Amino acid sequence: MTSKQHTAEHGSQLEQVNGFTNPGIPEHKPRVTDSSPAAERMAERQIAGWFILSMIGTLWFIVSYFLFPIEDGSMGSIRLQNAMLGLGATLALFSIGVGIVLWAKTLITDVEVVESRHDIAGSEEDQAIALEIINQAKEESGIARRPLLRNTLIAAVAIAPLPALLVFRDLGPLPGDSLFKTLWGPGVRLVQDPGMVPHEDRYIRAEDVTIGSAFHVIPEKMYESEHPLNEKAKAAVLLMRIDPQELNTDPAKEDWGVDGIVAYSKICTHVGCPVALYEHQTHHLLCPCHQSTFDVTNHCAVIFGPAKRPLPQLPIAVDDEGYLVAQRDFVDPVGPTFWEINTRETSEQ
Amino acid sequence: MKLLAARRRHPMALVVLLLVGLLMTGGAYAVFTTNSTASAEEYTAQDVEEGEKLFVTNCATCHGMNAEGTENGPGLVGVGAAAVDFQVGTGRMPLQMSGPQAQVKTPQFSEEQISQMSAYVASLGPGPAVPEDEYLDASQGDPAAGGGLFRTNCAMCHNVVGSGGALTRGKYAPNLSEVSEKHLYEAMQTGPQNMPIFNDANLTPEQKRDVIAYVREVSEQPSAGGAKLGSLGPVAEGLFIWFFGLAAVIGITVWLSARSK
Repeated sequence: MTSKQHTAEHGSQLEQVNGFTNPGIPEHKPRVTDSSPAAERMAERQIAGWFILSMIGTLWFIVSYFLFPIEDGSMGSIRLQNAMLGLGATLALFSIGVGIVLWAKTLITDVEVVESRHDIAGSEEDQAIALEIINQAKEESGIARRPLLRNTLIAAVAIAPLPALLVFRDLGPLPGDSLFKTLWGPGVRLVQDPGMVPHEDRYIRAEDVTIGSAFHVIPEKMYESEHPLNEKAKAAVLLMRIDPQELNTDPAKEDWGVDGIVAYSKICTHVGCPVALYEHQTHHLLCPCHQSTFDVTNHCAVIFGPAKRPLPQLPIAVDDEGYLVAQRDFVDPVGPTFWEINTRETSEQ
Repeated sequence: MKLLAARRRHPMALVVLLLVGLLMTGGAYAVFTTNSTASAEEYTAQDVEEGEKLFVTNCATCHGMNAEGTENGPGLVGVGAAAVDFQVGTGRMPLQMSGPQAQVKTPQFSEEQISQMSAYVASLGPGPAVPEDEYLDASQGDPAAGGGLFRTNCAMCHNVVGSGGALTRGKYAPNLSEVSEKHLYEAMQTGPQNMPIFNDANLTPEQKRDVIAYVREVSEQPSAGGAKLGSLGPVAEGLFIWFFGLAAVIGITVWLSARSK
């Protein structure tokens, strides 16, 4: 609250602040409306015009509510009414805003004004009073004279958050080996993913998987497990049949497929999107999220994109009744890489 | 253009722009209908004979004189009548030019000629036949069950409402909204281009009909919220807001802070 308030001497305060010259306020240039009464009247009419337009918008809203009724919930009439009401409301509100802004810009005085901030520090008088209050409190509470009270209080406050740390345990059990294991296991039949809770599992015969086919597969009895969707997020598999001559099979994985039928995890090794865009002529599997591309003929090696590991292959076989079954769980962990991925030898079981 | 440039800074220009944007958002869209007249046909010996003539004059260059295939085209023994009906009926074959994948164009042959070619190719070896009308009637299908199947088997390439999407190296999954019921069925049955094959063990004829019912249902559903922007999801909608919404915000900001003359 000093005498600096409300001063505006254009270009006169050339003072040095932090090594920079303060250029001051630019010269005030009068507007057309300041000098020409005709322009002023024109601006006034314009602004009034915007306010009148706003009234028209409001009236249009009311009129169109009756002019464009909703007929039997027909989508076309709902859309027409929405568009017309929206047009009215937009005109009504937007025009008021434009009018006010125009008013401020053309008619209200635009002479620059400087209004200084008050000092950040309080006055010496206030500071002295505050210090006095603190000293008084120190004296009356005796906190300096009674170290036992002071120290026990500090200790009590310090350990008070510990229970909160304890209840973090209730956020859930540690993942344990759940990142390494899925519902697949020896003899688990492959069933078709029905896209919804099925009446019964549809098993898959090897003969049904013709060349060029792609089956979206889940483990049998998945919907009877405790958390079916959690299980599906790990166990989903894409089953394809490719001419065995086109497959470059790793000798160590020779018996992981059945006569050209191969099964790969559908969970991308990048961030876990379902990799299911299968091109049956190029044998490329494409992930829709980040375009990681896997070559099915080379054990789903990554040929493009951000994924770092090939899609894990599910070793499959045919059981006595001719249905496709898993030989065992995935050898490599499915899905995105995680910190502990190398903490376990994958060759157990 | 000079007129446009002169009016660019006119106070009304912003309002006009805004109105254009609003009208585009709420703009009307065309409702389309497709009719299909499919029938499982009995082919006569004459159909096969006529079909062979058509095949030799129009297809044999790439597919070989006996449809055994050449370097330029796959063999057609065993692909069945459904594949011919789909490829020729949608205009994909005869191929107009080589490229990442065959393009849809106006069919070059009449229904009868397509049927004759189908008859010839079907006579070469057993394969899927042209579907029966019973399985093409979307009104008999269950769109809800079809939706589950569609989202599991089709949506990753064709988008959840069948608007299509990109594949690798210039290939793409086409928009399904204007594909006829018969061609939808045949595409599932035969796996054209890079699309996997969904044989009757994978999706039964009834399930294929459910899928068709779902595609019809979602592509004919009117959009209450204005233009669908291709039903392509957040990318298209985001781009619209990015260009038009942000441009409007920037325009208004500039106008607010500009000094009056």
